Amino acid sequence: MSRERIHDDHSADRSWEEFYRNRWQYDKVVRSTHGVNCTGSCSWMVHVKDGIVGWELQAKDYPQFDGSIPNHEPRGCTRGISYSWYLYSPLRVKYPYVRGALIDLWREARKRHADPVDAWASIVENPESRKAYTGKRGMGGFRRGEWDEIVELIAASTIHTAKKYGPDRVIGFTPIPAMSMISYAAGTRFLQLFGGVCMSFYDWYCDLPPASPQVWGEQTDVNESADWYNASYIVLCGSNVPMTRTPDSHFLTEARYRGAKVVVMSPDYNIATKFADNWLPVEQGHDGAFWMAMNHVILKECYADRQVPFFQEYARKYTDLPFLVKLEEKDGVLKQGEFLRAAELERSAGLEHADWTLCVANDTGEVRIPKGSLGSRWSKEEGNWNLDMTDLVDGAPIDCSLSFLGGETGRVRFRFEADGDVIREVPVRRVTTKNGDVTVTTVFDLLMAQFGVSRGLGGDYPKDYNSDKPFTPKWQEKYTGIAAASMLKIAREWAENGEKSSGRNMIIVGAGINHWYHNDLIYRAAITSLILTGSVGRNGAGLAHYVGQEKVVPLAPWTSIAMAQDWVKPSRLQNTPSFWYIHSDQWRYDRTFVDYFKPETGENMPLHAADMNAKAVRLGWLPFAPHFNDSTLRLVEAAKAAGAQTDDEIRAWLVGRLKSGDTRFAIEDPDGAGNSPKVWFIWRANAISASAKGHEFFLKHVIGAPNANCTAKEVAKGQVKDLVWHDKAPEGKMDLVVDLNFRMDTSTLYSDIVLPAATWYEKSDLNSTDMHSFVNCMDAAVPPSWESKPDWKTFSLIAKKVSELSAKHLPTPVKDIIAAPLLHDTPGEIAQRTVKDWKLGECEPVPGKTMPNLAIVERDYVNLYNRFVSVGPQMGHLSAHGVSWEADDVHEKLLQEMPTRSWNGRSFIDLEDEKVVADVILSFAPETNGELAWRAYRNLEKRVGKPLSEIAAGSRDLRINWEDITQKPRRFVSTPVWSGLVNNGRPYAPYTLNVEHGVPWRTLSGRQSLYLDHPYYGQFHEGLPTFKPKLNPALLDETEGETGLVLNFLTPHGKWSIHSTYSDNLRMLTLSRAGQVVWLNPEDAAGAGIEDNEPIEVYNFNGVVVCRAVLSSRIPKGTAFMYHAPERTLNIGKSNRTGKRGGVHNSLSRIRLKPTLMLGGYAQFSYYFNYWGPTGVNRDCYVVVRKLRG
Amino acid sequence: MDVRAQLVMVFNLDKCIGCHACSISCKNIWTDRKGAEYMWWNNVETKPGVGYPKKWEDQKVFKGGWVADGKNLRLRAMGKGGTLLSMFFQPNMPKLEDYYEPFDFDYGNLYGAKEGNDQPVAEVFSQISGEKMAEIKGGPNWDDDLSGSPLYAAEDINLDDRKIIEEYDTMFMQYLPRICNHCLNPACVASCPSRAIYKRGEDGVVLVDQNVCKGWRFCTSACPYKKVYFNWNSGKAEKCIFCFPRTETGQCNACAHSCVGRIRYVGVLLYDAEQVEQALLKPDDQLVEAHRAVILDPRDESIRDAARKNGVSEQWLEAAEKSPVYALVKEFGLALPLHPEFRTMPMAYYIPSLSPVLSTLGDTHELAEHGTFPALEKLRAPIGYLASLLAGGNREVVASVLAKLIALRGYMRGRNLNEPADEAILKGAGLDEAAAGRLYRLFTIGGHDERNIIPPQQREEQDPHTRKGASGFGILKKTGRGR
Repeated sequence: MSRERIHDDHSADRSWEEFYRNRWQYDKVVRSTHGVNCTGSCSWMVHVKDGIVGWELQAKDYPQFDGSIPNHEPRGCTRGISYSWYLYSPLRVKYPYVRGALIDLWREARKRHADPVDAWASIVENPESRKAYTGKRGMGGFRRGEWDEIVELIAASTIHTAKKYGPDRVIGFTPIPAMSMISYAAGTRFLQLFGGVCMSFYDWYCDLPPASPQVWGEQTDVNESADWYNASYIVLCGSNVPMTRTPDSHFLTEARYRGAKVVVMSPDYNIATKFADNWLPVEQGHDGAFWMAMNHVILKECYADRQVPFFQEYARKYTDLPFLVKLEEKDGVLKQGEFLRAAELERSAGLEHADWTLCVANDTGEVRIPKGSLGSRWSKEEGNWNLDMTDLVDGAPIDCSLSFLGGETGRVRFRFEADGDVIREVPVRRVTTKNGDVTVTTVFDLLMAQFGVSRGLGGDYPKDYNSDKPFTPKWQEKYTGIAAASMLKIAREWAENGEKSSGRNMIIVGAGINHWYHNDLIYRAAITSLILTGSVGRNGAGLAHYVGQEKVVPLAPWTSIAMAQDWVKPSRLQNTPSFWYIHSDQWRYDRTFVDYFKPETGENMPLHAADMNAKAVRLGWLPFAPHFNDSTLRLVEAAKAAGAQTDDEIRAWLVGRLKSGDTRFAIEDPDGAGNSPKVWFIWRANAISASAKGHEFFLKHVIGAPNANCTAKEVAKGQVKDLVWHDKAPEGKMDLVVDLNFRMDTSTLYSDIVLPAATWYEKSDLNSTDMHSFVNCMDAAVPPSWESKPDWKTFSLIAKKVSELSAKHLPTPVKDIIAAPLLHDTPGEIAQRTVKDWKLGECEPVPGKTMPNLAIVERDYVNLYNRFVSVGPQMGHLSAHGVSWEADDVHEKLLQEMPTRSWNGRSFIDLEDEKVVADVILSFAPETNGELAWRAYRNLEKRVGKPLSEIAAGSRDLRINWEDITQKPRRFVSTPVWSGLVNNGRPYAPYTLNVEHGVPWRTLSGRQSLYLDHPYYGQFHEGLPTFKPKLNPALLDETEGETGLVLNFLTPHGKWSIHSTYSDNLRMLTLSRAGQVVWLNPEDAAGAGIEDNEPIEVYNFNGVVVCRAVLSSRIPKGTAFMYHAPERTLNIGKSNRTGKRGGVHNSLSRIRLKPTLMLGGYAQFSYYFNYWGPTGVNRDCYVVVRKLRG
Repeated sequence: MDVRAQLVMVFNLDKCIGCHACSISCKNIWTDRKGAEYMWWNNVETKPGVGYPKKWEDQKVFKGGWVADGKNLRLRAMGKGGTLLSMFFQPNMPKLEDYYEPFDFDYGNLYGAKEGNDQPVAEVFSQISGEKMAEIKGGPNWDDDLSGSPLYAAEDINLDDRKIIEEYDTMFMQYLPRICNHCLNPACVASCPSRAIYKRGEDGVVLVDQNVCKGWRFCTSACPYKKVYFNWNSGKAEKCIFCFPRTETGQCNACAHSCVGRIRYVGVLLYDAEQVEQALLKPDDQLVEAHRAVILDPRDESIRDAARKNGVSEQWLEAAEKSPVYALVKEFGLALPLHPEFRTMPMAYYIPSLSPVLSTLGDTHELAEHGTFPALEKLRAPIGYLASLLAGGNREVVASVLAKLIALRGYMRGRNLNEPADEAILKGAGLDEAAAGRLYRLFTIGGHDERNIIPPQQREEQDPHTRKGASGFGILKKTGRGR
């Protein structure tokens, strides 16, 4: 270039450059974040120019951890940085909207009825007028409404429903509180004060890994992503980190430069594979087979051929491997039975909760009772719930034995679903019990046999790695498609790394494996390989499961505010998978599970998932709403009319009615009149689309939209026993669907009422995640635009109107009955030593023991609003995960410092302003109030009997308030609510509290559970880690008889959206394929004559998708990928098959509940909200793909 | 010697996750305007792939950049005689379909649709014509993650053997983020008949003067990277401005700021402007070496003196010494120029990416024999492919870089596992412990302020007292609001 074209500053008039400088200028920067279910919790700086949000850039002022760990900046991804598009886009909900037919009816009814509740009744109790608007849902025809008018309508609908059917027919769905805790709490606080139902999400989304409660008694607890940097061997399995954990992925790419090896297991060549040293294209859904073989090799080479001292010590101390299991003889061979209990031995039978106290044997073969079993958690005597190998009877140390090898053996039967039965010899001992001699072995000895490591024992063991028997490297080939030699190399590297690094093996897992029917088995197989290499409870180690932003850091005070537990306990909470399986009538299309999930005998066990769920409800294992086939308010009145005066008498009256069958659980007749939900609030959610597994069943039965595409057959008739069958299932069960939203998504389109919600740059809220250890703020850069309001304000308005209308309809406080299940982390988890069904006469119905707790609470509808905006008297008494602390002094102090309001002669902290709500939560949380952390540890140390409060001694002065987090992300402190530690700049890793301080896991043994001894697990041969393949598509009632291109339908998370959010945003649409697409392998596509970008139709009996094809050989043959989650609102065509508009990915799915996840009242198999219960699996799904035209 | 300072960006492709956050921060701030809808000053391409605009790398089609013609460089589009073909005809311009037709959706229909018999949708329309579009046939990132596509990946000109991307066991996929390279020998500048394009003396940023540009569009054709765009609304060319309002104040570019993969480094290089043209006459496979030769050692006092004489300030010299870019490009020789054979001497450099070990698929999928980390020759991404992209075809240059990355990882693994330090691993790849320490920091624990060392501009010579008073009133033009 001629150098004269280089313009030095002075050499030319460059004043025009101001053009771009002006563009860059802005007036103000405000810190906020994105309230979306993505685990990001990224801090963003929102740039405002002349009152308009111009753009956002990531904050880069995260506190530095220990200097050996990379910093977090700049945290925030593609999707987040496009959010500002929504604020002023034509997709924005600017005003309230109502379905035209409904608003006409309402205005007409209001002319006829002075009272709004009467007006609502006149519409919904008349089938014709009701159908006039419910039958037009989703068909357009919205009209703008006025806030006042619409709030009145909503309030009237709730009061009518409560009075006529009971408050438990009013439900609300909002997921993932962590993403905007106060907005979540807005609706749930209203519902809980009202007596409505809050729906779970973590299990419904299938984000909950049931293996976590099974093995650890924990919902989910994972390493923050910075801790990946401490790992020296990382396997990604079903998790596409760069795609779905975008802001965290630098920790993965950077760990490689610290020498970590990275292995990616993924059926497609995805973004994560770019960072792999080895890519293992494991057949989707069969990852478990790979991990089973990994364990075979580890057990053979590190436990049988030689003993690695580090692994041995870990196994004895932190796992149930030394614990004793009874073997019962049947048909000449032994079968795995239950754990031997202290109650069975003369020596220890007198221990408190001896039934819930397990045994080991010492090296000389004597049975000993170590501390730390679940019994010690609930005993009156404190201080024995710890991991010490110390005998509970005589206090002597126990030198526990992992194995009985070298003595007597027994022939034990092992059953493998895909590989049949084998008989393998297992070392055994005989133990004298109160009931005679029993044969026992250790979990370790059973595990060795299960995995086929013979140690010279007889029976049907594989000869070597090349015999094709469970669970050898050769055996796994046929399921995974990975060569035995390659698998063996990885296994040896894994074991070697575990040994050399002192257990810094890590598995990053996600929805790719968690969404299969047998996800718990896949996970348990992988977890076993971590446990066997000492890789749980250490930094840089463990099962890093990232699916859903489940971690609400200030959990306890948030729960109190959100569930209104400062006023009323317990809460009316519902596990959503059960709820929708029943209420969207998917159960009617489901056959018995015996066909695809076969119990050994099936004796005393319902064989249809709906029947099993009904049993789970009546035995107090799972909640269900509505509770009964009558209103919970009316039942109290009836009890009183029958002479019951006290709460106990009301309860006794109801128990009698239930026993006689005069009153029934609503789940036993879910399609019966009045037994379904009536009013549905949706906020912060896409409940009818992205969150509606079995979307078309929802459209048909719940919504009543006329364009449902489902063609499945109702096969359950005659197969269900406990549920009443109605030949015609109801369609359009909901009287009213209300959606608060900032964008017109699919759910909004199908709702009756749309309320304009403030965006994430227009309100104040709290935000946290499991991916990092900061508490972040969402804050208003600009005021709510147009007529939008923050959710907190919207529900305040509704609450106020409900209270106003109640003056006439529910003028005095009334009593309500809550049927609450037996809860984990309460004595309810030791309620049912054996499964006994009162309905079958096997025991008496006893609330809180053999059936649900029946709690009587008071509803004060007139003061509902006052309660909503006031901190209630119970706020100072908090607990979470079984840990509690007192904070009445904090409450007293805040009453002096914060705004207050007075009513009924008392003064309360005023919650009108979201920022005050935030400060209340932060003030009561041990995570952000160091003094409370100290108190919580102090309480726990009494129970545990080990010093713990020292952990918090250095941070007692710490206080983090709202103002602080608007200035900078702040790091929370260690508390016993969580199992990880963050002292001294250390990254959070789960179970370090357990491993370093001897606190038990919240399981039956108190240790990590490799063996699940509940008899139902025995029935399905899932007591030990095992492998079961994908469900057989011939049994799924989805594609039978269809020919052509039939593919396994996978819906991994995508690059251009977070669930459905951002998928309709022009930025994302422009950078992607601009709408719904399905990815196919080019050879598969060629067979069906499909070319790239060609319109296609994807269908099965559940529904239809109309979209375009993308062809790439990175997609394995036999599969179709549709990245989760599109909207059906953009440019979607009509189906050839049905003539109706195509749906979304969930149009092709339906749910199948796994019965072993419904158990309750038994140690870690005890219910808690979003914690335990069946999950909404959706990967075992098949579809037909064909060209749309021609 | 004519020592000048240049702001340069380095991209570590070994860390790029292909997320496009960079593209959107740029779009939000700079090109969210009428006439600029289709412009992506920063874009990210999936490689192998055809990119944006489609097949931009193929100069047989687009005739961009320079060719070495004996002892001279000439613009490829210009005939031997040195005259432009025609002032009014641009045969080598990319067409709209080579970019894409910007589209939007009729979102309002979701609110306004009358009650009907099926669910309403938002249909698609063109942002240019406003007319409804029957279908969308392309976008700025149409082949995203499309490794293995016979339509796109297979058309990548850097690929010797199309077969490898069709096979499950050999295909590979990487990303290539791109901005304007702010070249030392920019073809856009040379091609502009209006002399509207210039390179700023103080930082090397190449700009199109929006007051001077007459919309000839020669720059669009001449740029071999297709990083100058024509704004159909204003009738002027626009391009990446290296976020000069940010860099002037010591902040990194918006794309670098928003790079959540932390792959970008921004810093100062000193170079000898007199040597640029001669360097570019070297054969293709010597161009990486030639690039490095033009870049000067900021610690050399004679060079610093020469720089000072050219008006480079002490602050800039200090920044040049600490420059992460100097370390990566010259000192450790890790970062390579994108298509140096286009001979514009681009000032954006790329560290090539590692990739997984090869595998074979017989009855079962089998990994190639390898150590803990795959050896260089076992990586899936062929060295020839990377050499075509980043080294004028010189495979040794690429191999040497990848060997350094592998050695760094191997060495650090030993330290991670508390094994005795094995410097031999480093030596074999031409590194030592000090180099490994610096690279490790730059790739990992070095934060924003180590990745980006950008000296603010000093403007005190430009009557700062007056400017301060007039700040914000410099150019009074109507904004877009209220019109």
